[in-house]
Amino acid sequence: MQCQLCGKRATVHLTEIIDGQKVEQHLCEQCAQSEGITIKQHVPISSLLNDLVEAQRETKELTSLSCPQCDLSWSEFRKSGLLGCPNDYAAFEKPLLGLIERAHEGAVTHIGRVPENPTGKLSQQLKLLRFRQDLHRAIKEEDYETAAHLRDEISKYETN
Amino acid sequence: MKDITNIYKKVSDWMDGSGPMSDIVISSRIRLARNVAGFLFFSHADKEQQRELLDFIRGKVMETELKNDLWYVNMEETAPLERMVLVERHLISQRLVDREGPCGVALSHDESLSVMINEEDHIRMQVLASGLQLEETYDYSNRIDNLLEKKMDYSFSPKYGYLTACPTNVGTGLRVSVMLHLPALKIIGQIEKVFRAAKEMHLAVRGLYGEGTEPIGDFYQLSNQTTLGKTETQIIEELTSQAIGPIVEYERRARDKLLKDRAIALEDKIFRAIGVLANARMISSEEAIYLLSFVRLGIHLERVTDIDLKTVNELFMLTQPGHLQNLYKRDLAENERDEVRAEFIRNKLL
Repeated sequence: MQCQLCGKRATVHLTEIIDGQKVEQHLCEQCAQSEGITIKQHVPISSLLNDLVEAQRETKELTSLSCPQCDLSWSEFRKSGLLGCPNDYAAFEKPLLGLIERAHEGAVTHIGRVPENPTGKLSQQLKLLRFRQDLHRAIKEEDYETAAHLRDEISKYETN
Repeated sequence: MKDITNIYKKVSDWMDGSGPMSDIVISSRIRLARNVAGFLFFSHADKEQQRELLDFIRGKVMETELKNDLWYVNMEETAPLERMVLVERHLISQRLVDREGPCGVALSHDESLSVMINEEDHIRMQVLASGLQLEETYDYSNRIDNLLEKKMDYSFSPKYGYLTACPTNVGTGLRVSVMLHLPALKIIGQIEKVFRAAKEMHLAVRGLYGEGTEPIGDFYQLSNQTTLGKTETQIIEELTSQAIGPIVEYERRARDKLLKDRAIALEDKIFRAIGVLANARMISSEEAIYLLSFVRLGIHLERVTDIDLKTVNELFMLTQPGHLQNLYKRDLAENERDEVRAEFIRNKLL
């Protein structure tokens, strides 16, 4: 088949329904591009199948995902919308991330109030959280000196 | 000590109509969700653990300096009609009413503070105030949070903040809401615009009784949906300056516009409402709220001068189904309630 515009071999075949009539266009790649027609990349069938298998494996992983502390499964959670215990936030971390992002305008980190008396192992983490809060405030108040200092403190903690 | 059993006879103390902008902002509410560390979330805890949680939390709450100002209501020992009254007064949620199993609520005497135990989260504390008073209300809730925190460890993660049973509440666990009265915007057909704008700002718009209810009588509850990634102050500030401020302004302008262009039509609606309320022999809850909404507007626009806001508030609160049935000391079928309600209103408006 020849390109309707330049006569070269046509490799792009476009079928449109205009006013109830089927209209076919046969163009070569260059003419198609200059006409502004976007061409779907030729995807080898093998990679398509791979993607499908990957997606199925992920779904299987998700359905078998459960929390060791409360025995709640991911699919049970999706049905009820309620988590079973605080550890679920760790056990379901990966799939929960997307859900949390969508529920909170893209946010995934807490920058608000922190308990007054952090106890035990959490205290280091909470110090880090306080630094982040102060950094947020410093940036808001355009106190860039304090902000820089806080960023240093934070990176020190994070490298430890 | 004040007696909770007669709570249905009068309007809540905090609802005195004295807050800022109370012609449009009826009330402000701050709600914090907290869970106790080391326990399963409520829905997954077995009956034993639920009871353990209830006893533990109740004990701790009653250990604080609040103890002399609090009534504790054990929901398991509370009759359905009594629970209805608490929902109607916005002190507990329908979810707590429907809850099977150990749960309760601690209430301050002026009903401004309500601490629900074993609702969706272990603790759901709420502070109510008249008019627009979000900052003061937040300060108060903060103080309560501090008091309780000294007595127990909250479930908290440095990454996700206060951990809640539903991820939609995680982080600050903070729900900020205001109850708005927007009759003018409804009349001039602009209320849908407000809903769309609110939705775009990730705000929820609900009816008089909150989650899962439809707006009646031009009352709309506006609240945040995002609880993570913002500070508490930010959430309050954004709601106040980006939503409440503009909406209040639009409603005021709409009211002015109605007074200028359609004064007689507006007055007609207001005084017909008074006419029906003062004379009807049967009136449903919905109709009463719908008509009282116009009376409230009439008072704020200074068209109605012989009925005061206190009376209107009483009529709103005390003619609700649970309140009426407690007043008449028995269960009433719907048509009986409608008669009794009409009688109650007529007598108040004499």
